[in-house]
Amino acid sequence: MDILANIDLLAAPFVGATVIGFANGFFSGFVNLRRSALSVSALAHTMLPGIALAVLITQQLTQANAFLGALLACILVGLGSVLVSRNSRIPESTALAVLYTAAFSAGIAILPHLPVVASLESWLFGDLSLMSPRDLNFIFIISTLSLALCNLFMRPLLLTMFEPNVASAQGVPVRAMQYLIFTLLILMLVASLQAVGSVLSVSLLVAPSAIMLLFTDNTKSLFWGGAIVGAVSGAGGVALSHLVNIHAGQAIVILLGIIFLLAFTFSPRYGILKK
Amino acid sequence: MNKPKSTSNPDTHEDHSCCAHHDHHHDIVVENLTVKYRGLTALEDISFNTSCGNRLALIGPNGAGKSTLLKAIAGLVKKSSGNIQWRGTAVRKWSSEFAYLPQREEVDWNFPITVRGLVEMGRYPQLGMWNKFSNKDREAVDNALESLALTDLQNRQIKQLSGGQQQRAFIARAIAQEAHVLLLDEPFTGLDRTTAQTLSDLMHKLAGEGRLIIASHHDMHSAKELFNQVLLINRENIAFGDSQELITDKLLETTFNSSISH
Repeated sequence: MDILANIDLLAAPFVGATVIGFANGFFSGFVNLRRSALSVSALAHTMLPGIALAVLITQQLTQANAFLGALLACILVGLGSVLVSRNSRIPESTALAVLYTAAFSAGIAILPHLPVVASLESWLFGDLSLMSPRDLNFIFIISTLSLALCNLFMRPLLLTMFEPNVASAQGVPVRAMQYLIFTLLILMLVASLQAVGSVLSVSLLVAPSAIMLLFTDNTKSLFWGGAIVGAVSGAGGVALSHLVNIHAGQAIVILLGIIFLLAFTFSPRYGILKK
Repeated sequence: MNKPKSTSNPDTHEDHSCCAHHDHHHDIVVENLTVKYRGLTALEDISFNTSCGNRLALIGPNGAGKSTLLKAIAGLVKKSSGNIQWRGTAVRKWSSEFAYLPQREEVDWNFPITVRGLVEMGRYPQLGMWNKFSNKDREAVDNALESLALTDLQNRQIKQLSGGQQQRAFIARAIAQEAHVLLLDEPFTGLDRTTAQTLSDLMHKLAGEGRLIIASHHDMHSAKELFNQVLLINRENIAFGDSQELITDKLLETTFNSSISH
């Protein structure tokens, strides 16, 4: 980690955005396989009240309490919706929509009562220029952990996504795999807070492999291609932000949107012009 | 009606014995199998036995429990009572010797996976989570693809295949898995005449190699040619035996109109 600590402060946003882009891009493969872009969006919004509440209780904004607040809120809302769907006739997506909108509203209601509204904005919309070497370490650790676990359990994860019934009959711990995905999803969301903010983090966790879906039918390229798209957009977004003087986080998300539309139009395999 | 017993001989034309590398017959014995879902009885007291080399059709009206029976044998649904024996020992959990091929509508055809990727999945159970995908596995996948004439299509996404090719891709996965018993859920549904003929030939070939084919099937009349054994069910056993002998007009009537009187 010493290497990271010595990185020039100007380079930190580049490195951070690239690493986050890579790990999120890889993980977005699961989000698209599960078709759960909507729940990613729900969880991203859920982080707001978590962070707001943490700040309200501790009266200060630090990386640690923001992280814990976001994590706790996601777990409560996420697992809460699973619990409701398992024990009632309400489907999970419905329960999630009810719970996350309520949580998000509560978060907005808390906002005016916080002592640190201004700097909170950077948590919501991200600010890579404020990234310290310590933040970078944090991102690096979470990204490595997520990549390692995903690859370690790739076979059971894929079986679980493709045919949960068959997988569980084969002895794959389907439920454990689903919880693993969920936990990693929250971790990845929290890790990308600083790059693009809680609201825009959806983009990094959905767009990269969605772009790959327009190019490939191969599961492996979906994941690794997504990682590369994420990394390139991360670095490219930071560069773009210097050129046109906008926030890096927004630049990354705009860039991903543009690449997505270009892929949708021009992809040699699934582009609309091809049809 | 007597306890159903296997009356027919496997019509294996080739001389090599059951399941290639074993000399003895591999029997599957289902005894008094009952499956209940949330208080509803899907299957009641089903008994039959058959062995490798046969092609067995499960025939009965909608809701007769054909799919449930296949899934119970595959270990996908829990049995409430009774037992299933394979090669003399009770089947308690899933084994790679059984391969279940889902009904078309149960498959996520948009899943970004190629034919080769699907067939490779057949190797996962043996490999466990972390064993390396070795040359032996690659060979098994190559052979499975080749024997089902899918080598040229191996890089296609599974949705970009015809119905017959999709069917073959799943069979190829079962072959790569080295399954002895293939459990097919309505394999002939939605296939045109030519494709159905190809699949029929394929089933003859697989059974000839010593595999056991069990398939749910809706059409009585074609069942006579496609399968050498039939099990007629309507939640409970109606009859079991040789397809040529068993499929008679009178019996068809009982199966499709029976009001399950005990």
